[in-house]
Amino acid sequence: MRELKILAVVVFFSLLTYYLVEPYAHHEMHKKVDAQGNEIKIESHGFTYNGADDIEEAVRAGDTARVEAKKAFWAEVAEVARLKGDATAGEAGFGLCMGCHNGANMNMGSVIPPNLDHAGALYDKNYLIALIKDPAMASNVDHKYADTMMHPMGSIKSMMSDKQQIADVVAYLLKNKAGEVTSKEAFMEACVRCHAVRYGKLTQLGETPAFKYEKDALAHKIKVIDEQDAVKAYMGKLPPDLSMIIRARSEHFMETFIENPQSQLAGTSMPRVGLNHEGYEKVKAYLTEVGDPSKEKREALGPIVIGFFILFSLLALLWKKSQWRDLH
Amino acid sequence: MAHFEKAKNLNEWLDQRLAINTLKRVLNTEYWIPKDINFLWAMGMVLAATFGILVLSGIFLLMYYKPDTNLAFDSVNYTIMSEVGYGWLWRHIHGVGASIVFLIIYIHMFTGIYYGSYKKGRELIWLSGMALFVAFSAEAFSGYMLPWGQMSYWAGMVITNLFSGGSLEAYGLVEWIRGDYVPGDAFLTRFFMLHVFLIPLVIIGLIVLHFGTLRIPHVNNQEGAEIDFKEAADLWKSGKKKESKVIPFSPVFLSKDVFVMGVYFILFFYLVFYNFNFAMDPVNFDPADGLKTPAHIYPEWYFLWSYEILRPFGKDAGLIAFGIAQLALFFLPFIDRSPNVAPAHKRGLFQVWFWVLLVDMIVLTAMGKLPPTDPTFAWIGLVSAWTFLALGPILFIITMFEKKIEKGA
Repeated sequence: MRELKILAVVVFFSLLTYYLVEPYAHHEMHKKVDAQGNEIKIESHGFTYNGADDIEEAVRAGDTARVEAKKAFWAEVAEVARLKGDATAGEAGFGLCMGCHNGANMNMGSVIPPNLDHAGALYDKNYLIALIKDPAMASNVDHKYADTMMHPMGSIKSMMSDKQQIADVVAYLLKNKAGEVTSKEAFMEACVRCHAVRYGKLTQLGETPAFKYEKDALAHKIKVIDEQDAVKAYMGKLPPDLSMIIRARSEHFMETFIENPQSQLAGTSMPRVGLNHEGYEKVKAYLTEVGDPSKEKREALGPIVIGFFILFSLLALLWKKSQWRDLH
Repeated sequence: MAHFEKAKNLNEWLDQRLAINTLKRVLNTEYWIPKDINFLWAMGMVLAATFGILVLSGIFLLMYYKPDTNLAFDSVNYTIMSEVGYGWLWRHIHGVGASIVFLIIYIHMFTGIYYGSYKKGRELIWLSGMALFVAFSAEAFSGYMLPWGQMSYWAGMVITNLFSGGSLEAYGLVEWIRGDYVPGDAFLTRFFMLHVFLIPLVIIGLIVLHFGTLRIPHVNNQEGAEIDFKEAADLWKSGKKKESKVIPFSPVFLSKDVFVMGVYFILFFYLVFYNFNFAMDPVNFDPADGLKTPAHIYPEWYFLWSYEILRPFGKDAGLIAFGIAQLALFFLPFIDRSPNVAPAHKRGLFQVWFWVLLVDMIVLTAMGKLPPTDPTFAWIGLVSAWTFLALGPILFIITMFEKKIEKGA
């Protein structure tokens, strides 16, 4: 039938245009190539950490010393991971962490140390080991501390260098700091020290309380500004508010970026956070809740509206047929 | 004053004062449409319906939107999306509608070109339609500024810079348009006014004109046949529906229009509920930042073809090419010298010309978004821009030699 043929032509050219300006153009725009012009495929590893990306990056940069350092570091991490950790023995070691990770929300060495209440549930085991061994290497921001600066958690290297002790502390975290965690808690523990979410009333100091008096609200605001200034000075710029990030970045970008910030934004001072798969899902759930709050309502209303128009079209077709019956 | 009898019912009362029976006849029941047309002729009604939806959803958004550079982003992304009941629905309808309306406009335009609906006697239909296209473009651009995201800001920067006139460097003009050295509050509020008041008013006026231009030449048909509408209408009125070449707009053609609209709305609301992202550039969910240029600045898809005519040339040549591209399609009825009003597949070389134009515009659209740093893309962009510019003179020449198609052939 002629009209269907015309429709097919219209649909074909519309879809072709769509393909070219959306999937194809975005692929070309975000394509990353190495010095030899080969395309770098950035893949997610399911939020497991073994240093493969870091070594690859160093190889690509052609920095042999760095390749060796990365290889040696992650080999040692793997070695510690093979040890059997003793959670009970780890408790004493964890006491060392409590000096800073005490939930006091106090800025120490440029940033507020994260709360570790759910560290065992949120972070990957290998990553935790790596982090205790050498925070800068684990976070893949060692380039930032190569010369003079010291990582705010750098002192841990001298405090806890025994392999068995590290294995014990990680075993303690995995056993005693696991528990159920809400998506908001996950976000607060993993991201909020640097990133505000104004649509969720979160600042770098955590959730903004309700104040009775304006002067208290203003005093809090000043504290937030101070903290933001400290973060800004440390990170180089104030990390972006994440209210809309779920819409501003693609799923693929979010995954690979959170897994290894350097992969999508080479040279960034954002550290690798070390979320495991469940932790990432929780964080993503929170960001979706804040940035795309109509998702559930859309899914509930969509079938009804579309169903209505299907019915509408069927009735319209019957009407059209009755009107055109005697015309040919 | 005229003499009024006591009316028997409301219809009669209104008819005495407004002549609604005459209006109904002229605009509906005796507005004759050729029988031989396909669903592409329903695109006009689809466009009218989409414009209606855009106005309606726009009114709801207007109630909560704040035209202030400090508040605009959050009023759209937070207030409307989270706090206003069904605000998300209005916003997604408006966003999808703004994008899809251009798809339909392009289908409508290419239908007109394919069937020669701009030719002899129908020039004003084409010209008023092109004026509508320009008005819709201005409406879309001004609307795109309003959420004050990164792409709003930087697209505003790039497009207003065009008014510096290349080497003329007429920066005074650019600043006058912006009301500032860079896009700022004055820029946002004046584009807000343009988007919600002035341009919609112009569009409504042009729609009325566009409908008016149809009344005497009538809409074209699939074969480009010349119909004696009076004779055909008399046949219809005498009950010879099969013999008559025309049908009344209402209810006969309307029933087809409504069916096409129904199918269109299935697609429309599928996009609203399940794929609204296609119409919203992710970059625009980053708030405007005058200190951070996005990696790639590109317009929405429907402007890409003309953007790509600007891009591959130098400063001044690019601006001239861009200007020509904006105006070229207006002159179509005067460039096409052929005596035939017929579908492209009956017009020999014109058919080749038509498909080259269509494909060239799609290639330009694609290249307009791709990074210009890639030498292959830049070369394809340049060639397709030249192709577009050459298509006008080529049309002039090939149609001069086009033979008149004999009636009944």
